[in-house]
Order: sequence, then structure tokens, then C-alpha cells
Amino acid sequence: MSWVADNSALIWEQLREHLYLALIPMLLGLLISLPLGYVATRYSWLANPLVALGGVLYSLPSIALFIVLPAVLGTGILSPINIIVALTIYAVSLLIRNVIDGLRSVPEEVLQAAVSVGYGTLRRVLTIDLPIAIPVIFTGLRVVTVANISMVSVGAIIGVGGLGELFTQGFQQDFLTPIIVGVVLSLALALVCDIALVGLQRLLTPWARAVAPVKEAIA
Amino acid sequence: MIEFKDVTKRYPDGTVAVDNLSLRIPSHQITVFVGPSGCGKTTSLRMINRTIERSSGTISIDDEDINSQDAVQLRRGIGYVIQHAGLFPHKTVLDNVATVPKLLGWDKAKTRSTALELLERVGLDLKLADRYPAQLSGGQQQRVGVARALAADPKILLMDEPFSAVDPIVRNQLQEELLRLQRDIGKTMVFVTHDIDEAIKLGDNVAVLRVGGKLAQFAPPAELLANPVDEFVESFIGKDRGYRALTFVTADTLRLTDVPGELARAEDGTPKGWANGSGELEPVGATFQRGDSLRAALDAVLTSPVGKGVCVDEAGKVVGVVEYAALAEAIRA
Repeated sequence: MSWVADNSALIWEQLREHLYLALIPMLLGLLISLPLGYVATRYSWLANPLVALGGVLYSLPSIALFIVLPAVLGTGILSPINIIVALTIYAVSLLIRNVIDGLRSVPEEVLQAAVSVGYGTLRRVLTIDLPIAIPVIFTGLRVVTVANISMVSVGAIIGVGGLGELFTQGFQQDFLTPIIVGVVLSLALALVCDIALVGLQRLLTPWARAVAPVKEAIA
Repeated sequence: MIEFKDVTKRYPDGTVAVDNLSLRIPSHQITVFVGPSGCGKTTSLRMINRTIERSSGTISIDDEDINSQDAVQLRRGIGYVIQHAGLFPHKTVLDNVATVPKLLGWDKAKTRSTALELLERVGLDLKLADRYPAQLSGGQQQRVGVARALAADPKILLMDEPFSAVDPIVRNQLQEELLRLQRDIGKTMVFVTHDIDEAIKLGDNVAVLRVGGKLAQFAPPAELLANPVDEFVESFIGKDRGYRALTFVTADTLRLTDVPGELARAEDGTPKGWANGSGELEPVGATFQRGDSLRAALDAVLTSPVGKGVCVDEAGKVVGVVEYAALAEAIRA
């Protein structure tokens, strides 16, 4: 325990870095997949190739991506940008499917009603389609967030890995405590983020819980 | 008035959904498009608010071509009710009804009071205002759909099979209410259905369309029942059209006879029953009023234990009875 006390400032810093490296790609991934997903529902022939491409990208080993990206991007090997870009690619490759499925979950008669009462396209997408797609999109966001939190640690191999650096330290010094601390904090971070997302989703979709039909006389 | 002039809808694959349709839809009345599936009735309806664009011909509203204004603006001025209501699941009942006023930028207080007033108008409990659509029954959802369509007080209301997804009892209720509502608001309504009985019940005018999008007949329902133009219309109308046509003849010229002694009445003049030989009272059966149809009068005669239909006034007081002979006379005339 004394090791933890001695290194608390460093651990705290690594935790913050870990969170940052996991959440920024999740947000960037969402920002990229939303328009991409919309285009794919508009031109439906694009949907399958995009989802397939996502699957291929997701199967790229993260370690390979971390090492190749600096060469492609011209960034330094130790730049956090490499991690952020790599995890954004993974986030988009997962989220694209959820955004497409989410937008497709909007019932046909709801779309038709929206157009018929006089919604313009942008307004309809932002105020009708997207809110209704939230539950399906959030399913993807939760997976991406937890996956990102676990993958950030791999970045420790190229020197930017948040809590992952505790693992490299532990292995190098043949010392178990940092490894245990890293595992526990990673799990706790994933849990807290997941709970926060569930809470946010509940806040954004009060209607989704209001599904029990009220039995009442019709007249 | 909505006027279709030589309107055709042809899809890129060559299918013709609507073929050279020309008709005038009078203002302040209910006009029903009816026909089997594939007859282009919904396509015709949706060309009015340009959610489907026609291939050729013109559609005008009060002599103004609907293409002379922006489609989105046009739609905000036309109420639209859809099958399964198509309510926005993430908005409360009140917000659903307030949709078009919000799109038009009305101030909040006016939007809210209008929405509440409309909920009342379509017979919904105001307690439901803060519920979500998923918490309502099918019939309630459809009422919200009607309220949403009426919120910005459009001159025209388009209804696309609005009652086809609810059970027959609720459907009948909604139909009656629509007729009552229409007496108050007098909108130009265009109503699509595949159900000829619904068309005859609701329509001031009925357009019967045949597969391939051709107009077969456009006439008031009584005319349709009396003189179908061809075999297609006749078979589509179905059986008993002679009997059903009686719905459109009022009973006010019917010759009534004096109230016979066997008809027992309560102190307020309402019928109690027919006395039979052993002094017991048998149920009166159906009654009718002067303003009702001959069909109601015939029903009263047929359900009476003594073959005499009881005519009552608005308070339910007996004013006379009608016998078979008088009824036959009226039907012949």
C-alpha cells in the first residue's frame, strides 16, 4: 500500500491520461459515424460495404496500428495522437453499424408523418431520427467505451498508455503491485464510464421507459 | 377546392400508379378515395401534399398550382393523418399535437393552449397530455394523430387509412366522432380507405378507383349505391346495395299511424313495451326518429314484436308508429 501512497500523483496522472485517451476517440468516433451512418441510410447500397469495412478495420491488431500510424501520419512515435487516431478508427468501425441500425429503427410511419407535417430534412434528422436512434447508438457507445479503455493500455508498449504504463513498469521491475493497481483501476474506470453512459441514456430517453400501456376505457 | 387535372404517376420501372386522374374535390366536404390495393388511392392522396411528386398533369388548391410554393411550406398548411397514427414516440402527447405550431414558430403559450384545446376536441382526457404515445391505446393514438393534424387549423385534412388498424368497435366510434368533428370544423377532407362501407359512411363524395390507378366513378354515396357505372363498381360495392341505399333516404315523409293501445308508455311518453294477449309486455325493439334514415325505420319495423316500428321525438317520446305498408310506400317513392 505504501507504494500506492508514494506514487499516487503519478497514478492519478495516468488515470486521467487513460480516461482522456479512451473518451476523446469515442467522441470523435461518434462525430464521424453520425453523418456517415446517415449517408448510409440515405443511400442504402452504401450500408453493407461500410459495415463490412468497419469489420475489417476492427480486426487490425491494435499494436500494428500503433506502430504503423506514426509513419503514415508523420507524428512522433510517442505522440498521443497515434493512440487517439487508432482508437477513433476502432470506434468508427464499431459505431457505424449501430448508427445505421439506430436510424433504421425509426418506424416508417414516423418518418412519413414527419415529412408530411412539414419537417425539413436537417431538422427531421436532428429532432426526430436521431433521438429515436439513441438507444441503439448508445449500445454501441458503451461497447466502444469499454473496448477503448481496455485498448489504451496496449499503447504503453509505445510509451503512451495511461494505466497501461503501470503494467510495463510492473513487468520491467518484476513487481506485482503496479500491475494489480492497473488492473483494478482499469476495471473501475470501465465500470464508472459504463454507468455514466447508462445514466446519460436514461436522461436523454425518458420516453423509452414509458412503454407500459395504460389500461383505460377508450371512450 | 382541390383539383386534379390529367394527373399521372409513373414510376421509373414503368409501373403506372395513377393514370390520368381528373376530379374536383369540393371544399368543406369529405371526399373518400376507395378501391382495392394497387388502385393508387394513397399515391393520389400523397401527391396533394407532394410527399409523392406526380409525373404529369396538375394539382391545384383553390386554383393555385401546388408546385407554386415550397413543398415543406405547403405541407405545414395541410393536416395529415396516417395509418397507425405515426406519432413521434419520443415526444409527449402534448408535444406531438404541438408539432406544426412549433414548426410555424407560434409562441409557447398559444401553442400550448391550442394543443390542449385540440386534445379536448378529439375526446381525450387532458391527463394524457404528458404521456408518451406508447402508453396509449390504438384508438387514443389515432385521436392524437387527428389532433396533431388539426393543430395549425389547416384548411385541408388528408387522412390515409387512419382507422384501419383499430378494432371494429373503436373504428366505428372514431368514424362517428370524425363526422361530429367535421360538422363543427367543416374542413376539406380527403380520406383514403379500402373499406367501401367506411367510404359510404363518411364520404360526401366517393371516388372509386380501379387497379392501375384509373377513376371508375366519382359520386355521392347514394348515387354510387343507386347507379354504379359498371360491373367493377357494382361488385366492389358488394351485396345489399339496395338495402344500404336506404341509409340516404330520410324517414321524414314516412306516413305514421296513430299510437295503438297495445303500446304501453311511461308517464314521460317513452315506450315501455307491446302488450301481448296475456297482458305481458314485450320489448319495443329499435326505435327511430323523423330525421333518421329509412334504414333505421325499416330496422324498427323488423325488430318490433308486432311488426310496427315506433317513431319517437328527440326526448324519446312516442310520436307514432309505422307499418309495413307505409314503409313499402316510402321505399317505392
